[in-house]
Amino acid sequence: MPDVLLVPVALLALAVLATASATGDRALLVHASGRPPRLAAISVLPEVARLLVQRRRTTTAPDALLWRVGGGGLLVVAALMIAVVPIGGRAVLDNPVGIVWFNAMDVLLWALVWLLGWGASSAAALVAGYRYLAQALAYELPLMFALIPPAVVARSLDVEAVVASQSGRWNVVEMPVAFGVFLLCVVAFSFAGPLSAPAGSDVAGGVLAEVSGVDRLVVLAGRHALLAAGAAFAVPVFLGGDAGPLLPGWLWQLAKTLAVLAVLVVVRRRLPLLRPERFAEVGWVLLVPLTLAQVLVTTVLALAAS
Amino acid sequence: MTTVAFAVLAVIAVVAAYRVFRVDSMARASFALAVSFVAVGGVLLLLDLDYLGVVVVVMMVMEMSIMAVFMIMYMMNPAGLMPMSMWHDKGRAMSIAVGTFVVLAAGAVLVDWPQRQGPPAPDVTRQLGLGIMGAKMLVMLGVSAVILVTIVAALVLGAARGRYDRLGDDLKGRPADPVPGGVGR
Repeated sequence: MPDVLLVPVALLALAVLATASATGDRALLVHASGRPPRLAAISVLPEVARLLVQRRRTTTAPDALLWRVGGGGLLVVAALMIAVVPIGGRAVLDNPVGIVWFNAMDVLLWALVWLLGWGASSAAALVAGYRYLAQALAYELPLMFALIPPAVVARSLDVEAVVASQSGRWNVVEMPVAFGVFLLCVVAFSFAGPLSAPAGSDVAGGVLAEVSGVDRLVVLAGRHALLAAGAAFAVPVFLGGDAGPLLPGWLWQLAKTLAVLAVLVVVRRRLPLLRPERFAEVGWVLLVPLTLAQVLVTTVLALAAS
Repeated sequence: MTTVAFAVLAVIAVVAAYRVFRVDSMARASFALAVSFVAVGGVLLLLDLDYLGVVVVVMMVMEMSIMAVFMIMYMMNPAGLMPMSMWHDKGRAMSIAVGTFVVLAAGAVLVDWPQRQGPPAPDVTRQLGLGIMGAKMLVMLGVSAVILVTIVAALVLGAARGRYDRLGDDLKGRPADPVPGGVGR
């Protein structure tokens, strides 16, 4: 049964983190342009207001249902991802296979982003939808393999058990490769920064080419929410959850999540674009063997310790 | 509560599966099928088969996304963007589909299922695995290796350009790839 009382807390946390991601992104943009970093310049509110009042454009024959499902689904998936992150020791969904659940939610993005590209009935958006699937085929296996070592150490797919297994030492110490690959995959599934080819300017904005007004707001918010959900999931799985000295647990968890999110936001803005056909080779030739080696090392260490 | 959830998921599964043949676009058909399977995954979650339920969602959504790509690629109309009928051989297809549904549903409703003896096992997924596979587990593990080898062999045979095409017979040439890969091979 879902823990109903925790639902508003989780949604509020997701909204705060997504706003932090968007604000940080704007701050980096303002910094790069050399303008003074005043609050008015880095606030996302003017852009939100602009998109809210902007009149929606449409195309000749869009598949409006699938288009809206694709756009709005991103936020829903982000919320369902954060639903298995323990907050104050308990998650919204008490799911005994939370790690696989996170994978399932990320696979839903395959369908949603493709639908977002398809629904617009526009060549650029459709190309971008296919790009996302090509990218997904490259990052999905490394992402799945990167989440296996924490589960091996905890001997459970339950996120709370994974947190409990890190009482002595955070997982990131033992499995830095898995942690790094996981963060890269978070950037990939939220099609941001170096892996934003599905929204690339060379295809007129890709899946974002035709979305405008409130639809665009929902998609952009969805991307930031996905980045935020990925950061929030990395903390219990790799960074010991809410463990930490002196300060209360929730504050530690928030601080760690914001730190991971800051790294992701900087990566998103600072690294150059890696096209899907090149990322495919990186994924299969580099990341799959690396993560498999990580699984092997972690498993041998776990067996030796028991 | 569980009964209501089951009823909702069951209705979604059946209606979405029916819609697969009534909609007029490849994309809608593929993802109506995906919705149907996700509802079935939800039913498995209700049975406390958490792992199986989530894996069904993973496999089916992945499969439908890739299938949508291929279906649209091989459609006769450009990119499958035009409205099209999902019907072929209407009469026979419909009678087979409805007939199968009626037989299976009748089986589920009419069979005199045994009453549960004792409490359910703590790990239902494991029990189900043992129940289905049991002593045949070793055989299935062997078969899975054969399947994997078959997939790799099919890919090797199907690939238009293998490493000998790229690097020459002695594997020492420099590749002239139309699009260079990301790790600089």
